[in-house]
Amino acid sequence: MSLLELRNISKIYGSLRALDNVSLKVDNGEWLAIMGPSGSGKSTLMNIIGCMDKPSLGEVILDGKDIAKESDKGLTAIRRDKIGLIFQQFHLVNYLTAVENVMVAQYYHSIPDEKEALEALDRVGLADRAKHLPSQLSGGEQQRVCIARALINHPELILADEPTGNLDEANENIVLDIFRQLHNEGSTLIVVTHDPEVGEVAQRMVTLEYGRIKSEVVNQNFGK
Amino acid sequence: MTKQKMFLRMITASLIRRRSRMLVALLAIAVGGTILSGLVTIYYDVPRQMGAQFRNYGANMIFVAADTETALTMDAAEEAASVIDSGDLLGMTPYRYETVRIHEQPIVVAGTDIESTKITSPYWHIDGSYPASSGEVILGSDVAELLGLGVGDSFNATYSTGDDSDSDEPNLGVDMKVSGILETGGSEENYLYMSMDDLNELAGEKDSLQVVELSISAMQEELRSYVEQISENSDAVAARLVKRVTQSESTVLTKLQALVFLVTAVVLVLTMICVATTMTAVVTERRREIGLRKALGASDKSIIGEFMGEGLLLGGIGGLVGSVLGFVFAQLVSVNVFSSSITFQPLLIPITMVVSVLVTGLACLLPVRSTMAIDPALVLKGE
Repeated sequence: MSLLELRNISKIYGSLRALDNVSLKVDNGEWLAIMGPSGSGKSTLMNIIGCMDKPSLGEVILDGKDIAKESDKGLTAIRRDKIGLIFQQFHLVNYLTAVENVMVAQYYHSIPDEKEALEALDRVGLADRAKHLPSQLSGGEQQRVCIARALINHPELILADEPTGNLDEANENIVLDIFRQLHNEGSTLIVVTHDPEVGEVAQRMVTLEYGRIKSEVVNQNFGK
Repeated sequence: MTKQKMFLRMITASLIRRRSRMLVALLAIAVGGTILSGLVTIYYDVPRQMGAQFRNYGANMIFVAADTETALTMDAAEEAASVIDSGDLLGMTPYRYETVRIHEQPIVVAGTDIESTKITSPYWHIDGSYPASSGEVILGSDVAELLGLGVGDSFNATYSTGDDSDSDEPNLGVDMKVSGILETGGSEENYLYMSMDDLNELAGEKDSLQVVELSISAMQEELRSYVEQISENSDAVAARLVKRVTQSESTVLTKLQALVFLVTAVVLVLTMICVATTMTAVVTERRREIGLRKALGASDKSIIGEFMGEGLLLGGIGGLVGSVLGFVFAQLVSVNVFSSSITFQPLLIPITMVVSVLVTGLACLLPVRSTMAIDPALVLKGE
């Protein structure tokens, strides 16, 4: 069953079509990689799927609901309740500790629970760094805090924008291992990346070019 | 953990861990609070301080005999003065004037309570000393010049009622000694001052006064009220305000209080501008964080609440610091300008804190409202 379905969506800025008649389905529990060169429309698509923007044309059905028709307030609620975001630049609040950064997501979602936040950090291997400020953590550690924050509210969709873009190979492998683990647990993952190595580990890989889907490849070796 | 606890944890973490940034705003609020608290203290303490200062210019009320009476007695004056609050009545000095002859010159003598003149006429400048014993007098400088007398000189004064020619006994007068020469630059220099007992000995005992001077620690309105009460209660005494003193006192006080009010208002506006500027800088600096919070699902209301929370907490802390520093400031002003200390008003702490919180809240309103326009998508793009 589809968790997300894009039906002929376009995003038009004046004479520019950042997205041009894109249709895509993402099933529950699927791991999808969206690839493409700079300016291909990846970020625009990511913003629309992440409920931070609306398409000019078309429908975006998330969990059976057309989010293209939602108000800004409605989109904020969907973002809070259904989507976990992972950023290339981590975007941690610099004056909050690792565990407090995870709790911020709980704070907006429901009730902050420090024990649960510590468990989420433990899951990404950062239990002993919970009381550290972002400035005291390495890039890989900051990204893992960002992942713990994205997971804490058990979102239906995890959306990662270039999650390994600022990491070295060792940390990239750690992050991809976490993604594998999440996928095995049934999470739905959409990873936007320009890195073929990251794209190729996904179940399916969609490539964008000039705002259109250029190719769609199913990873035959996935899970082997 | 409740949401309220997390809210407090976030805003206190922001203030404590970003203290170098927030210090500027805190400083602005604390300075505003200091000036507010200090000037309000001075504003309310100025009448008392100035009242004490103005008492140096002499009596501000006089008693004379009512139109229906031929003379004023001390008993009638004391009875009339009973309506004045004992704490306000600083001094009361009777004056009886008689003309005596000294070195064949007619001189006006004022019999008075010498000790009391030190309170009702503190501006008297005595070259020499106040009379210490019976027979000692103070000469007004003009009288001293006329008679050619100086400090320590003795002289003989005679009093004539006009019917001495029938008397068999010669009028030998009374010997007196000059203890001091009075200089005021005013009409007081034309008189000779002696104790009431000495005047009674010289001119005969008479319970009849021309005027009683009073020094009262009160503002013009209160003095007017005393005058009205005295005119209602006493038939023998007519009370009058020394307008030269009371009017200038009132004018100076009104102007001084208006100045203090104006300075306070200007400082509050400047504080507001400074806090608003700092908060605008804070919001601009934290655009990415605001975008992130929105991306995580924070509503505009929630973001505004967090920033306002930070601002109001800053306002409260700044107000508390300001109210304490304000007292120190007011104390310094009071000691240096009025040479007296002020009393601490505990109520000023909550008042300063509330005003600081309101001013900070108002100053934060516009910059914080601008957070609503921040697009979370910018954060994802890394812009």
